[in-house]
This record gives sequence, structure tokens and C-alpha cells, in this order.
Amino acid sequence: MKDTVIEPLVGRSVARVEDPALLSGRGRYIDDLPVAPGTLSLAFVRSPHGHADIRSVDTTESARAPGVVAVITGQDVAARSRSMTVGVKADVECWPMAVDRVRYVGEPVVMVVATDRYLAEDAADLVAVDYAPLDAVIDPVAALSDDAPVLHPSLGGNLINERRFRYGDPEAAFDAAPHRIGIDITYPRSACTPIETYGVIASYEPGEDAYDVAANFQGPFSIHAVVARSLNVPGNRLRLRTPPDSGGSFGIKQGVFPYMILAGIAARIAGAPVKWIEDRLEHLSASVSATNRQTRIEAAVKADGQITALDWDQIEDCGAHLRAPEPATLYRMHGNMTGAYDIPNMAIRNRVVLTNKTPTGLNRGFGGPQIYFALERLMDTIARHLGLDRLEVIRRNLIPAAAFPYRTASGALYDSGDYATALDRAVAEGGLADLYARRDKARAEGRHYGIGFACVVEPSVSNMGYITTVLTPEERAKAGPKNGAQATATIAIDPLGSVTVKVASVPQGQGHRTVLAQVVADRLGLPMAAVRVLADVDTMRDAWSIASGNYASRFAPAVAGATEIAATRLRDKLAKVAAVQLNIPPEDVSFAAGRIAAKGNSDNSLSFARTAAMAHWSPGTLPDGVDQTLRETVFWSPPELEAPTAEDGINSSLCHGFIFDFCGIEIDPETAEPKIDRYVTMHDCGRILHPAMVDGQVRGGFAQAVGAAFLEEYAYGTDGSFQSGTLADYLLPTVMEVPEPVILHHETPSPFTPLGAKGVGEGNCMSTPVCIANAVADALAPEGNAPDIVLPVTGAKLAPHIFGDEPGAKDPVPEMKAKATSGGRKLTGEGRTVVQASRTDVWQMLLDPATLDAIIPGSHGVQKVGETRFNADVTLGVGPVRGRYKADIELSDLDPPNAVTLSGRAVGALGTGGGHGRITLTDTDAGTEIAYCYEAEISGKVASVGGRLLDGAAKVVIGEFFRALARHCGGGASSGPFARLTGLFHRITKGGRS
Amino acid sequence: MPRLTQDDTHPVRFTLNGRPVSARVTPRTLLTDVLRHEIGATGTHVGCEHGVCGACTLQVDAEPARACLMLAHQAEGCDIRTVEGLAKENALTPLQEAFREHFALQCGFCTAGILMTLDALFSRQPDADEDAIREALSGHLCRCTGYAPIVQAALAARNRIKGGPIDA
Repeated sequence: MKDTVIEPLVGRSVARVEDPALLSGRGRYIDDLPVAPGTLSLAFVRSPHGHADIRSVDTTESARAPGVVAVITGQDVAARSRSMTVGVKADVECWPMAVDRVRYVGEPVVMVVATDRYLAEDAADLVAVDYAPLDAVIDPVAALSDDAPVLHPSLGGNLINERRFRYGDPEAAFDAAPHRIGIDITYPRSACTPIETYGVIASYEPGEDAYDVAANFQGPFSIHAVVARSLNVPGNRLRLRTPPDSGGSFGIKQGVFPYMILAGIAARIAGAPVKWIEDRLEHLSASVSATNRQTRIEAAVKADGQITALDWDQIEDCGAHLRAPEPATLYRMHGNMTGAYDIPNMAIRNRVVLTNKTPTGLNRGFGGPQIYFALERLMDTIARHLGLDRLEVIRRNLIPAAAFPYRTASGALYDSGDYATALDRAVAEGGLADLYARRDKARAEGRHYGIGFACVVEPSVSNMGYITTVLTPEERAKAGPKNGAQATATIAIDPLGSVTVKVASVPQGQGHRTVLAQVVADRLGLPMAAVRVLADVDTMRDAWSIASGNYASRFAPAVAGATEIAATRLRDKLAKVAAVQLNIPPEDVSFAAGRIAAKGNSDNSLSFARTAAMAHWSPGTLPDGVDQTLRETVFWSPPELEAPTAEDGINSSLCHGFIFDFCGIEIDPETAEPKIDRYVTMHDCGRILHPAMVDGQVRGGFAQAVGAAFLEEYAYGTDGSFQSGTLADYLLPTVMEVPEPVILHHETPSPFTPLGAKGVGEGNCMSTPVCIANAVADALAPEGNAPDIVLPVTGAKLAPHIFGDEPGAKDPVPEMKAKATSGGRKLTGEGRTVVQASRTDVWQMLLDPATLDAIIPGSHGVQKVGETRFNADVTLGVGPVRGRYKADIELSDLDPPNAVTLSGRAVGALGTGGGHGRITLTDTDAGTEIAYCYEAEISGKVASVGGRLLDGAAKVVIGEFFRALARHCGGGASSGPFARLTGLFHRITKGGRS
Repeated sequence: MPRLTQDDTHPVRFTLNGRPVSARVTPRTLLTDVLRHEIGATGTHVGCEHGVCGACTLQVDAEPARACLMLAHQAEGCDIRTVEGLAKENALTPLQEAFREHFALQCGFCTAGILMTLDALFSRQPDADEDAIREALSGHLCRCTGYAPIVQAALAARNRIKGGPIDA
């Protein structure tokens, strides 16, 4: 009997083992996990200010609220922990909760632990924090100026790290080149925000001083060390577990770690397990986002378009704190700063600054979107400047296929590739000629249509040592070398001979369990169903290391590779065992269809399960040289990932995939909205293990890039107020905005990974935003200089280029609107109403606290504290977002009984507001006409979530004030749609969940 | 509906996937919290709690609804259907099968809501065309798939559901 030829599973799009449970509501995400009886809920009081000193925190009322077990301040946290490790040498502390100053909207200030989430949130509203607001700085360049507000006084400024690098001889190259071509790039903030938010369940065992934390953390597990150090315990006193399922991460869930520390301390203080599930506003305002970056990039260019040197100047904005592993976003790409091009000389200046924004962290593409936006916009600029075809400039500079493995100027070792062939195939198979024809036709018809290109080298499997490039060679020498990237896999055989695979890869939907079942089943000759895979982690039981986790697109090259090695080792041992039984040499043993057989004679065979389980039942029969066949654990760290050299050369990643994209974009002639007509993306990710999953990664990354290119931006006011706190403000692309890209593949297997695979998950987040921007530039300006393109490219941004600048308002409202303000969400309005009372009576009422109390919407009391000053306690809200404010009101410019100016400032848990308005009284036939105009500004939570509603809501509230005044005077219209609306609004603001 | 007092718990009863269920909760308790944390039906997920992402979509008397925008007491006497009610005896429905075959899910967090929306769409409109499918899906955010496989799965499921007895 001949061997049965069995098609390998690897390389086929087999159905995912994860799906039946996920499709049936049986996933086990963090909020689905069982908790111990008596587990308490955690809620946070968060900063409504971008920058403020904390004068005092009064928890008295909150601590007395129903169900409350503990109210915990930043001081309480600091007393039980240590400042989190910062990745650069700098005199700065980094606490998981604010101690004496808040530096971004949403920063945790107080924790409330109560018996359920509703009661915890109620009690959080009762914490009174007295803030002294400080000037904020939002822009990274402004943060560097001498007069900028300083976030961390111990630093003496906002620059936390600066390094300069020099590779080859950039000065000579620039001197020799006929052209020096540069571009300034502003890359905004966005985040790949997952649909499932953060979640943590923590407990503390005082007898062992040990924390047990479950969190939907994604790695890297180097963070375990950061958390243990901050909790002031040895690593074996921090048991960290991840749930079996996680609802997306894209890097973001690395940022959950400060909450692991906080929930641990909360559990310790409360004396019971504590659970916290983040809400969406918390997530958008205070999880992590990608960095925004200001870049100047220049190239030394020959007349034919060949680039001989690059000069980078990058200013990286890491937000309010430099949290681990930052400034990794700036350094992950350090080895591949020359992209897909053969450029021997390079200078780099890197500055890291802190601003009053959310701290940054991992985010799909991690540093790639920022550098490739600059590099590929530069390539476009070079072609324009020299009047050359853009594709020709790209081709002229591509690294030739014969050059691999190729060492870049800054030290990366590109493993494999044939960029020119991949590009040519994409041009032919992706239909570039047809796209040019479409563009020509559109332009002939007067439409704005452009084509863009982007070439990207996609790094994967990060070198754990790359971040130390931020240190000087002397500092590195002192600290000791950091390098490598340990991947681990364990394969175990149970007494019935079935196979279990355990890895520390912590997937968030990438199908790791399916792919590993394919890999191991192939290697052991088993059907896929015979292999069961676990990919979640328990740091007390599982094999793991600092590189464990799901990031840097390391699964296919590193984790699947380590699993392949483990399966091969186990197979080799089993071959020895079987060889004795089959009476053949071990090299003649084959594994197929659940049998271990003699090659060429499958009648001479054994059951896999029986052979595999032999080490359980009769270890004494194992042949000499085979210790056991029960469990094989492999740690694999590629030798190519060396520590940075003394010259700052760094092989920042093990694998380097290639992407070439092009697209056609048309700008709508009426709305100026850009729309993708066709998008082609060519990928070389080495050997493809599961085609459908690879394409799934490409499509998913592409969709997120479409969001970053057209829709998504973390919006801040200049006072630091956060203005995109809901998914109705921070717009994610829906099915309507995401076209289907044409996906092409060109495989050049990696010689450095066991399966030849490279990472593929992040590439389109790097290539697509700039490809779109280049197409938009082409649409706006086919030749000559292009306008500055800043993402997201919205219709509003493009309209002036299409229609010219907007004309000024025909009939501008005078007076109040002219005044400039400091930067929150600004509201203006005006109105008039007639009341049946004399001017003098109305005047008296406006100055009488009892009357004001009766007519101010939501008033809980008005006190007169001076001749023209009042204090008020009011509840105001927009929809379900309702808060209590303490208001100081001052009257000025008094012209009794004709006119008065009211100025006020309100401070509450939901934020701050300030404004002023002028009221004038005029006699009419029906009584007195009250006319008013006002300007107000609101920041904090209300501005984050209610921005779109505020104008209307303010009009209703102010309108209600005057209606109430009219009613109080015994007159005025009190019926009709407006009254019904104000009545409805009143009910909304008085009721509902807090 | 009887008058409820703010701080007290009150009984609420409804049908969940064909079975009667009840719980005692305060008036302000969200339907999502009752389903997930009182009854233990965790298949309905919470993504934004302000009605935008669609993850919590379920069916109330056969119409899709956002469970995060419903108070539990509003479900009194209703027929609630969630993702746990789709498959019968662990046999995936044609819609679920199509999702699996087309790799129309990755992390699976948004999937329950999408399935409930499409299930309701196909009950009302068995011949829904691609535009109608996209319209229905536009109320859902998915961060993993880029949507194309979801549209493909929905079209395949519609064809099978229309196709007759095999999948009926």
C-alpha cells in the first residue's frame, strides 16, 4: 500500500475553530467571566481640565453614599505604590492616578469602590475636587517654546528626550546633490479604538502580599514588570491572566496596564475583589491614542530622482505622561527610516515632547503611519519638483532584489523581497493603465480626480532592544544590552494521546487558535480537530517572556514559528519511539492521517495517540535518548535581533514585508468630499499560512486607515478640553465608507522565520493614509506644488481648494461675537422676550436672590455674597449628561433700570463653563422687553460628549430662564412648541441615570 | 406599567429566546445589564452605551433594538430575542454558517448585534438586495473586518434562506 498524499492544512483557508462559539454568544470576554461573590465595582472621578493643580479632594459625601466601600485618592495610591517606570532618563514621575496635578482631560483623580456600578458612579459624582486651572499646551511645537506652560516642573520644560543620529555621510551627500527637496508634515492623532473597551478584575491576598489581576491586556508582557514594580511586589506576586476572548485591540489594550495597578490597589484597600469595565467616554478620552507628530523631512536628490540622503527632524507628542513603552512609537521604525529605498546616508533628529493630551501607546501601525506619511509625501514632492513621473522616482530608488538580505543605513536587516517585481505585478494586475484612463476622462470632464502611490516596508517581530536606541550608547553600555524577542510555544500530549498547544499570543480575533491547529496537525499528521489550542495567558502557569503578547505583527513569523519548532521536536522524538516499534530507522518514519507509519509501507503503522501516550502509561519502554514525549516547550529568539550597535545601528524588527499601493480618488464637485474610486494593495508578507485570514488582516487594516484618512481625529480645544468623546463625535467608518480594495500578493518567504512567514496585520495602516493623501494632492494640483495635506481629509478641508475661500458672513452679529476666547467649546446666542411688568420691577427681580433661585433652571439655591455678586448651585445637563455646578455670578456695567452685564463661571464634576451676557430692558406697550445676547464657553465632560447638542441646549436653558422670569412677572407667552420643548428638556435634565 | 420608585427594585418579566425570565431591578437599570449580569445572557455585548456602535442590538418583538438604550423595565412583557436564540441545538443557522464561511468576523464582539439586525431584515425582507443589506449594516461598527466579508456573508445567507428547504 502506498502513502496517502494528504494536502497540507497550512496555506488553506480552513474554517476558524473560534467561530461557532463567537457566532452563538458563547464568547468569553472580560465582562463575561465569572467573578467571586462579593466582587465590588470600581468607578473613576476624572479630570475635567486639560491642566490644573488639585487644591483639595473632599470625599466625605461620597464615602457616605449608599453601597460605597472605599473612596481612594491619588495620595492613597501613591502611598501604596511606586511611580511607573519611564523609558528614558528624565527627572519625572508617572503615576497611574493624578496626585497633585491633572495633565489631561479624563486623567483618573479618585476611585470609588461600591457594591454595584450604578452606586459607584453615583458616589463618584459626589466627590468634590477643587482645581486651580492652569494654562494648557496642546501643540507639540508650541510645547517646546520657552513661554509654554510646563506640565512637569521637575523637567524644567516639555522636552523629555532628544537624540540626534547620523548614518553614512549625510552632509557630504547633501553638499554633492543638485537638489535639496523637503516637506513639512503634520500628522494628527487618531486611534484604532476597539469596540470592546478595557476591563480589569483584581484581587489582593494580604497573607502573601500578592495581586491577582485579570485584564483584557494584549501584551507585550514586558509591561508585567512595569506593573509589578509599581505595585512594589516581586513578579511572582503579580498573577496576570487574560480572558479567552478579547473584542479587538489593535495595540490599544496594551494601555490598560495603569488600571491593572489601580484596580489592584483598590481591591487591596476595599478588602474584596474589584471589577472595572471602562465606558466609551473613558476609552476615548483616557485610554491611549497614537502619537501626533510634526516632521520636517528633506532629501538630497540627483537630477534623475535618485535619493542619496535623508534628513529627518521629528517632534513626537506623547501626551501628558511618557508611559511605557513610549517613546517606542518614535523608535519602532528606526531601522527602516529609509523605507523601501536604497539610501545610504541619513541624519535624524528625534525630540519627544509632552502636552496636555491623553498619554499615547501601541496602536496598529505603531510609528509607521507617521514616518511613511512623511516619506511618501516626500517622494510625491520630489517627482513634482523635478517634473518626473512619480512611479519612475519610486522605481529608481527601490532596493534591488539581489541586495537581500539588505542592511539599511540605520541598521535594519531586511530579510527578503523583490520590490520591483511586486510593483510591476501590481501595476499590471491592479489595472493602473485603466485607472489613468479614468483619471484622464474625469479631468477632461472638469472633475477633480487624482491617483496616489505609496511604497512601504512593513516591519514585524519587534526587537526588544530597539527602544534602547533612545538612550545614548554610553547610557546603553551602563544599562546592559537589550535584544531579541522570545516567542514560546508548548505542545502537550495527554494520556489519551490527544494534542494541546499553548501559546502566550493573546489574540483579539486574529484566529491564532485555528492557524496553530493547522501548523501542528500538519507536522504530526493529524486531522485539525485532533489539536486543541489555548492562546490566553496565566503568568503563574504558562510559559511566557517579555516579548509575549499580540503586537508588532509577531504571530505568524514568531509564535507560529516557535510552534512549528516545538511540533518538529515532538515529532522527532515520537519518530524515535515509533522506529523501535516499527523496526525501521527514525528517518523512515512518516506521520499522516492519525497514524505513524513506515514511509512507503503504510501497512506497517501505529496509532498516533497510542504511541504519543506511551510516555504516560509505560515510560520504561521509551528508547534510549528519549526522555519523554509528554510536553515540549520551545523558546525561540531570532539571532538577527541584536542590541543597538555603538554607532546606533539597530535591526529594529526581524521581518520586513513590502507593500505597494495605488488608488484613484475623486473629489465630489458639490460637497468636496473625497471618495475612493479604486484601491489596489500589493503585499509581500512572506509565506501565507491562511489566505483568508491574511486578506482579513489587510481589509481590516485598510478600513482603519480609511477612517484615519477621512474621518478620525482626537479633537482638543486649545484649553485642553477633549471634544470627541462619543462615537458620534469620533467617527469610525461604517460599511458605507469602506470600499473593497483589490488585494494582490507576491510571496518571498523570510529566511529568518521557521515557516517563512512575515507579519501582515499593520501594513495598510502605514501605506493607505499617505496613498490617499497623495491621490488627493494629485486631484487638487496635478502639477507643480501641491497644497499641504493634513489628515483627516474632509470635505470641509478640501472645499476652499475647490470653491475658494468661504466669503465672510453677510450680516455679522455685532458686539459679543467679536471677542476671542481661550479655546473650549464656544456658544453664542441672543434673544428677546416681553414680560408684563415694569422695567423697575424686572430690574429688582434680576437682583433678588430669591427670584433668581426660582427662575434659574435647575437651581438649588442662590446666595448674595456681595452687592453685585451671587453664588448659585445649579444642575445642568445635556440629555443624559447631567451635572451639578457651583456658579459665581457677577453683575457689572450696571445702568439701572436699563441694562446690566452678567458674567459667570461654573465649576462642576462634568467640567467648567464661563460666559457673559448683556441684558437690556425696554418699555413696550405690553410691558417690558428683555433683550439678551451672550457668549459662553464650556469644557470638560460635557464638551466631550455633548458638543453637538450644546448650542441647542444652551438656547433652551437660557430661553427657559427668561420664560421663567416672564412667568414670575405674571405674563409672557408660556404655551406653544417652545414651552413644550423647554418642559421636555427640564424633565430630561432632572431625571435619568446619572 | 405600574409606578416604580427610584431606589427600590421591582420585578420585570419578559420572554428571552422563548423562555420566560424575570429579575428584580431598579427602574434605571439598563436592559443590557439585566441580560448580562442578572440573567447571565452575555452574548449581547456593550460597546458604547450611547446607541452608536450597534453591538448590543437584539430583537424586541421581532424588531431590532439597541439594548443599551432600553431600560430593563421597558422590556416588561416583551418577546426578547438575542444571539443565543439563533442556533437551535448548536446547529448554526444559514446566516451564522455564512458568517463562518466568509470569515465575516474576527474578534466577534460586534457580531451578535449584526446577526440580530440581519436576522430581522431577512425575516421582513427575504429578498433584501445589497443596498438594503448595506443600509441595515450601516448601523453597526466593526473594527476588524473592513465589512466586505460581512456583506458577502449576508448575500450568501439571503440566497440560502431564499433557496428553500435545505436551510429552512
